[in-house]
Amino acid sequence: MTLPAVSPVGIRFENIDKRYGGLYGLRQVSLEIAAGECVVLAGRNGSGKTTLLRIAARLVRPSSGSITFLDKKNGATTAASQTGFVAHATMVYDELTAEENLLLFAQLLGITEPAARAETLLAEVGLTDRRKSLVRTFSRGMRQRMAIARALLNEPSVLLLDEPATGLDPQGVSWLAGTLRQMRDAGRTILVSLHGESEISGLATRAIRLEAGSLIADTRTGASLPSIFTFAGA
Amino acid sequence: MKKHALASAVVFLLLGAAAYGALFVAPTEKTMGTIQRIFYLHVSSAWTGLTTFFICFLANLLYVWRREPRWDWLAVSAAEVGLVFTTVVLVTGPIWAHPVWGIWWTWDARLTSTFVLWLLYISYLLLRTLVEEPDRRALFSALFGIFAFIDVPLVFGSIRWWRTQHPQPVVMGGSGSGLEPTMWYVLLFSWGAMLSLMALLVRARFEFEAVRGETDLVRREAEGV
Amino acid sequence: MFSNTAALLGKELRTEFRSRELVTTTVVFILVVVVLFSFTFDASSAESRRFAASLLWLAFLFAASLMLQPCFLREQSNDTLSALRLSVRDPFAIFAAKLSANTLFLLLTELLMLPVFSVLFNVPVFPVFGQLVVVLFLGSLGVSIAGTALSAISAQARMRELLLPLLLLPLLAPVLVASTQVTVGLLDAAPFMEWKGIGFLVTFDVVFLTVLWLFGEYLLEE
Repeated sequence: MTLPAVSPVGIRFENIDKRYGGLYGLRQVSLEIAAGECVVLAGRNGSGKTTLLRIAARLVRPSSGSITFLDKKNGATTAASQTGFVAHATMVYDELTAEENLLLFAQLLGITEPAARAETLLAEVGLTDRRKSLVRTFSRGMRQRMAIARALLNEPSVLLLDEPATGLDPQGVSWLAGTLRQMRDAGRTILVSLHGESEISGLATRAIRLEAGSLIADTRTGASLPSIFTFAGA
Repeated sequence: MKKHALASAVVFLLLGAAAYGALFVAPTEKTMGTIQRIFYLHVSSAWTGLTTFFICFLANLLYVWRREPRWDWLAVSAAEVGLVFTTVVLVTGPIWAHPVWGIWWTWDARLTSTFVLWLLYISYLLLRTLVEEPDRRALFSALFGIFAFIDVPLVFGSIRWWRTQHPQPVVMGGSGSGLEPTMWYVLLFSWGAMLSLMALLVRARFEFEAVRGETDLVRREAEGV
Repeated sequence: MFSNTAALLGKELRTEFRSRELVTTTVVFILVVVVLFSFTFDASSAESRRFAASLLWLAFLFAASLMLQPCFLREQSNDTLSALRLSVRDPFAIFAAKLSANTLFLLLTELLMLPVFSVLFNVPVFPVFGQLVVVLFLGSLGVSIAGTALSAISAQARMRELLLPLLLLPLLAPVLVASTQVTVGLLDAAPFMEWKGIGFLVTFDVVFLTVLWLFGEYLLEE
């Protein structure tokens, strides 16, 4: 995959709280991710991983606290165009073809030559020969590739992935790990949530663990990588 | 506690005075006789209902802007109390109409519009029961409340225009047209008494909702942990 | 914002063109309702001309409250709503596109129904066709604006099949009143255009579009 160079962007979460009624999805989470880091986010279901990622993606507003995106000199930068988000769901339309989907999102993003960009990304994720097929006909692995293609449309500096390996066969996981490795090496900042150790967790330069909405362990502050994943599958 | 008792006593006195005014002080209407006295209850309830829904509207706007639970509590309190007053309007209308016209319901412009208003706020309350998550429920009902209130003048306007095409017996005559000064005073006093009752009811309902909201918060937090 | 709306509108139209499920089911539904309504009174008498307009608009409203259900619901299955929120510059474009598409679909079903309706009730439709299109358009626009907004709410609530009509129909009372009045005037033996009714419809459309523009992004919040 030939990726354009990006200016690295870091993320600072400051005292993030997210309340749903009386329930805390996230409690006072403060975290700074340096530009270019590849961070794995571990934790049980319901620990707040998805919420944290969606806040970073600006889909959810925190109840209190702030999130800032930082350029290399640690100054704040505009976030909107910086992030690419890959969720549990594919976030593309089943009833459109691969090509139509990417073209639509490229147009919405205001990319100057949307058709060209869509074609480039289809090639990069290896879906060129299926461009005219409806996404409905795609396998899980192919859908993930579509999801990644869509997330990369605006050439983001930050990639946010929410359990992207779910439902992928070993081949799919390998492809995903390879793709993420290329992104990491090209300088993109990556925050990916995972259930357990895998080929993907091996790419990480850092791992953190959430439990019941709080940050409880961080390899940067001394926790060991295996301990981050203990009980992660539970 | 003492303040509440005092407030309730004052409201009770005001209502009593208003009732006295409506029954004894106001002159008897020429054509319709004694039954017309229900007019003071009917019209003051209608005006109070609208005032209460306006309060609900303001609470809705404040919630969307500030996202503080107390605006949601105020909104639901105002909506429920407003609904009570609106029901009084819809009930007193036929009670007046039957002896005068011999029919229970006329598709009179104001009564019909009030009926739609009633339906809108019933829908508002039903919406609240169908969204479980408290923040989402508060936001959605606030947004629907805003839509509903903005619709109210359009409802009244369009139905009044419709009725000019096909005139029906007008319940209560024109409000304010052909009223003697004494009648005006009694009406305004009645409205004042109704407003004080409304304030009392909304306040009580608000406090109930506040307590319920807090315990709900605690319970959800306990279950979450 | 306009280019976003255009792109999304294209997507809505393309999706519908491929499956045709919304328009076809809505047309059939209106037909069924109109036929059933006509069983309940003597459709051949001269009075039926007056009732015909009411019937038509009631049928349109009921049909619309069903047709608008999938509007935001279908964006939930693959979480495409999040994808849209991340991609568009102005969240209002999402609403603008959807309500435009819904207006077009409603208008299309209504135009398809007109000849059928004309035959079943012996009302002359063609002499006033142009004016009918105007009132159909303005009425459908009002229905779509309110319906699209409320379907964003009902998609996230329980009992959504009943909730959407419940919320929508009282809200649309002014549209029903005004549209029916104008249509009655147009179907009269001596047809005339009820401009006051048109005025009401335009007011409704402008007011609700403005409210949606002001508050729409909150409807999409998570």
